[in-house]
Amino acid sequence: MSFAIISIYFVSIFAAFLQGETAAAGAAVLEGTREALRFAPELAAALCLWSAAGELLERGGAAEALSRLLRPFLRLLFPRGARDAETLAALSENLGANMLGLGNAATPAGIRAVRGLQRLGARFELNTLVVLNTASVQLLPTTAASIRGALGSRSPFDITPAVWISSALALAAGLTAVHILNGGRS
Amino acid sequence: MPLLVLGAILTAAARGTDVYEAMTAGAKKGLLLTWSILPSLLVIFPALRLLRASGLPELLGQVLQPLFTLLGVPEETGILMLLRPLSGSGALAEASELIQRHGPDSLIGRTAAVMLGSSETSFYVIAVYFSAAGVKHDGRALPAALLADLVCFLSSAWICRLLWG
Repeated sequence: MSFAIISIYFVSIFAAFLQGETAAAGAAVLEGTREALRFAPELAAALCLWSAAGELLERGGAAEALSRLLRPFLRLLFPRGARDAETLAALSENLGANMLGLGNAATPAGIRAVRGLQRLGARFELNTLVVLNTASVQLLPTTAASIRGALGSRSPFDITPAVWISSALALAAGLTAVHILNGGRS
Repeated sequence: MPLLVLGAILTAAARGTDVYEAMTAGAKKGLLLTWSILPSLLVIFPALRLLRASGLPELLGQVLQPLFTLLGVPEETGILMLLRPLSGSGALAEASELIQRHGPDSLIGRTAAVMLGSSETSFYVIAVYFSAAGVKHDGRALPAALLADLVCFLSSAWICRLLWG
């Protein structure tokens, strides 16, 4: 990550120096900083709205309600983990919070679920859980839509169906890969 | 969207939650999130301006263009795809810069938004889950997650081109 960005600085400044355009490079850096500062308050406005809505959903018990609905699906995906009540609760809390975009609530539940699966010796299901968390299962792409809204999109959420299809394909590929890497056993 | 906010207020109120207090707590989280992203914005926005001013993207674009064209992915999203699994705030900053430069309702702007919205910071998630739970990584979750990211980027580009190309 840091390497990619530092390389961009290094190579670009070096190229500007070779072309004798160091003044233009200096102007570009300042302009970029200004753009970032102009964009931040617009982004904050949208993110605050969605964080407030998320907080209400969390305190209103929406994540718990969703978790209960998810249990039959989780029994299919985690047959061994679902037999342990504590692990099933952690799994459903993790997935429910992820679907609502409540990352702060999802991580502790996810860690409890990983520990539970480890204790049960369900190594395959442990990898399934991790891949489920590295794929996005969020119902509404609030962050991407916030950025679009902050930059003047007329309908920031019109990308939602595309996000769903793309997430579903990625998740299917990830789960299939875990299965294959596990030698087809489950 | 106003309906969703209304629904959230009603469910929280029905449970006896202090709605005002919950909303201010949420707004604070939004501010803290922006605050945590701002340093990345301040480093990545100038980096990309600088890169464009250097004329290197055109040069590199000509070399890599056949590959991107073959895959059906806009070459402008190259850096975003590279950053996405590694850094959440870095990817957010890069996607923002792309969306700002090309416009939120342009094909490239939409592709960047869909890529960002349909993936997660895979390396970070794997590191947190395995280390916090004290479990050893058996070398299966990471390749599976990265394959999923690749599928996510390709399908994002294809779906956007189909819908808005």
